[in-house]
Amino acid sequence: MPVQFEVNGKSVSVEVEPRLTLADCLRQNLRLTGTHLGCEHGVCGACTVLVNGDAVRSCLMLAVQAEGAKVVTVEGLSNDADLTPLQKSFRKHHALQCGFCTPGFITTAHALLTEEPDCDADRVRDVLSGNICRCTGYISIVEAVLDARSAYKKTGGGP
Amino acid sequence: MKNTFIGAPIERREDLRFLRGRGEYVDDLAPNGVLYAVILRSSVAHGRIKSIDTAAALKIPGVHTVITAKDMPGGPPIIPMRLQPLPEFKPFEQPVIAHDKVRYVGEPLAVVLATSAAIGEDALEAIAVEIDDLDPVGSREAAAKNKSLLFEPAGSNRSLVFHARKGDADAAFANAPYVRRERLKTGRHYGLTMEPRGVMAEWDAAKGRLTVSGAAKVPFFNRRILAKQIGLPEDSIEMIENDVGGGYGARGEFYPEDFLIPFAARHVNRPVKWIEDRRENLMAMNHARETEADIEIACERDGTIIGLRGEVHTDMGAYMRTNGAVGARNVVQFMAGPYRVPHVKLDSLLWMTNKTPVGTYRGPGRFESSFYIERLLDMVAEDLGIDRVDLRRRNLVASAEQPYPIASVQPTNANDQYDSGDYREALERCLTEIGWAEKSKLQGKLIDGRYHGFAVGCFVEGGAAGPKESARLAVNDDGTITVFMGSSAVGQGVETVFAQIAADALEIPMDRIRHVYHGSTNTVSDGYGAYHSRSIVMGGSAVLDATKNFHAAIREAGAKKLGCDASDIKIGEDRVSGPGGKSFALAELAGLTAEGAFLNHKHTYSYGTHAAHITVDAQLGEVRIVDYVVVQDVGRIVNPLTLRGQVIGSLVQGLGGAMLEHLQYDDHGQFLTGTLADYLLPTAGDFPNLRCFVTDNHPSPINPLGAKGAGEGGIVAAGGVMANAVANALQSFGAQPRQLPLTPTYIWELVQAGQRQAAE
Repeated sequence: MPVQFEVNGKSVSVEVEPRLTLADCLRQNLRLTGTHLGCEHGVCGACTVLVNGDAVRSCLMLAVQAEGAKVVTVEGLSNDADLTPLQKSFRKHHALQCGFCTPGFITTAHALLTEEPDCDADRVRDVLSGNICRCTGYISIVEAVLDARSAYKKTGGGP
Repeated sequence: MKNTFIGAPIERREDLRFLRGRGEYVDDLAPNGVLYAVILRSSVAHGRIKSIDTAAALKIPGVHTVITAKDMPGGPPIIPMRLQPLPEFKPFEQPVIAHDKVRYVGEPLAVVLATSAAIGEDALEAIAVEIDDLDPVGSREAAAKNKSLLFEPAGSNRSLVFHARKGDADAAFANAPYVRRERLKTGRHYGLTMEPRGVMAEWDAAKGRLTVSGAAKVPFFNRRILAKQIGLPEDSIEMIENDVGGGYGARGEFYPEDFLIPFAARHVNRPVKWIEDRRENLMAMNHARETEADIEIACERDGTIIGLRGEVHTDMGAYMRTNGAVGARNVVQFMAGPYRVPHVKLDSLLWMTNKTPVGTYRGPGRFESSFYIERLLDMVAEDLGIDRVDLRRRNLVASAEQPYPIASVQPTNANDQYDSGDYREALERCLTEIGWAEKSKLQGKLIDGRYHGFAVGCFVEGGAAGPKESARLAVNDDGTITVFMGSSAVGQGVETVFAQIAADALEIPMDRIRHVYHGSTNTVSDGYGAYHSRSIVMGGSAVLDATKNFHAAIREAGAKKLGCDASDIKIGEDRVSGPGGKSFALAELAGLTAEGAFLNHKHTYSYGTHAAHITVDAQLGEVRIVDYVVVQDVGRIVNPLTLRGQVIGSLVQGLGGAMLEHLQYDDHGQFLTGTLADYLLPTAGDFPNLRCFVTDNHPSPINPLGAKGAGEGGIVAAGGVMANAVANALQSFGAQPRQLPLTPTYIWELVQAGQRQAAE
């Protein structure tokens, strides 16, 4: 069945099976492979994207449910010219190793900092505890997100 | 120009693509005409296959083919052991697909090829499998009865016994003034990677060439196996290492799918891609760690260790896989850890059971043995009335005793020695950093409803497996340089650290190193990959050798071009100059290339100390870490940023194993932990208060960098230290944890048992 929504600012229309998840639609139909699948049962958070500004597990949402929504993936939170302040902070704090869970952390942290640029360490840990990283041990990820708060206070996370 | 990139916290090159979602993992590849493979796995732990009927599945639109063992002329190939390939293990090796018996839940029975993974999964439901149940062997105790045999021709469920020996333990124990015997056990874990495994194979029928994407860890070795199994010359197969979402020892070994998918691609002459889902991953990727020790320690009255003796049993699962014996070997070889133990007599018994086969997981055998020795030491200290820290001080191998020989292991004739270091120095630093002298006064105290506990444990970490690593440097068209490595990337940052090492050796800015390519079989003549914390020592030393050859080649080419002696050539950042002001751009030598290698059979041993301050809620059995410090000396630090990432990252995996993780089966061999809601992993809120201090005070004498493998030290001591901290906190209940993980239920039971005993 047909579905229309916006991805990273562009309107898309896709013909999908009703059972296709949003994650598979993004990865397979739209070739946005930055969104990763780590468990496909809603625990690991690697597939997190923003749907109308909310951090959502795209493995637990059907593509057809995205009808009319504004979807933003990690690609939509990136630009060619430079890393964003959040991405720079991740790099500075070595908040990623294999990079597989990273898009989910970037989208989740972006949603959090956009809403709550003044959040404290406990709040960051609480929100990020829905995402699994097996490489870093999380300490550096929490530091990176805390360090990026100032950019969201000033410019909403823009450069 | 003298560079100091080595030792500097250089931000990683890899991050630029990973942070933008531009990494390229194997599932991101989608060539035209690709078919998706989905694997039918046994739901029976132990049984004899009567029939597999695929007719109904083949009728489903979109299903192309279903492959079973019958499609393999001569029967399915067997996967050989990569490490410790002893003849004794032969009868227990795994066929790439089940053909007569199934031996664990998750064993491949059939491969469906379909136009989408979803259709393939639909087809799984339509395959009718008839299996006659056999008595399942659900534990190592059941295995030892040999009533139900996994491999009838072998006549036993025990595949091997390793013997670790040093000195004369029986005589030492006979005369020892103090002996303590304990039974202790560790849980079943695995090196869960966030990226599930995946393989994509493309067959070029005209050229007779096979390209396999999704290779990791040991692509060159896996190519040798695959070439033999599939009947192709090695150079007709190219293994491509894409971005790899984690390794930890588990990813990249040769698994059944590493044959099945290339075979399928050739069988149907179409590209075939297989991506594991998480449920499959939990039951198909190598398990690890499930051991039980029945061991005794002998000491003098002053706490000097005399000897270790006893048996360790490992639940090996259903087959001997490529590196499956490493953990069982290590657990007895390294039981003494960093401590001076003159007499060792330890046997390691390998039991085959109807569970997923085991392989290595970061710190194989070392996490387990550290739990055993550290638990014993705290018990010894209590028995003999000696301070726990002093007991360790007394027994740590001293730097003057280095290189220090450890127990030898038969039948593999493993004779090893620790290379260098000052273990005591790391212990004292760790005590200072955690503030032991002052804070440990709280031990056992109840404050605001929580008992405070402290523990300290020391470790060694082996690294730098030989025999060889290769590197190659080449001049690009624009005069920049590309580095090609036989080492593999599993997320640890090799593109950055090898660029640091190369730029330092070549005395050029880092941005002159345009690319570092790694892993794939088309980059260097021979490669050995990423395991046993070997990349920096072996790969880094190979880079050093390659830079020497590279400079020599440039000098020779420059001498020819400028008509002078090679010794008169000076190599600058981007120019080559000779006598009399003559020079030319390095770019003019585009295509010039030189390879180097490092050959080495000795191992490095980085080392250090963990210390923990925890609190326990005795009513809930819940543990919180107040402070946890790791000090590790790695010989030479190449990049402190990535090194800290290794230490803290491996520490949290160790804490997961100590507190949360356990792969469970019922008595029938049914797998009970098939989701991430069942197999609990640490998350961001679990262990927030961790610190590490890395030092390079004592370079390794056995490689030109002076570096030591350092990817596993954080995991090694975590189990022993957490268990000792819990015992210390709950000393008023007499709590003595004897198994991992330290679940709330288990801790609560220890408290209840203590209270019952006090009441009696």
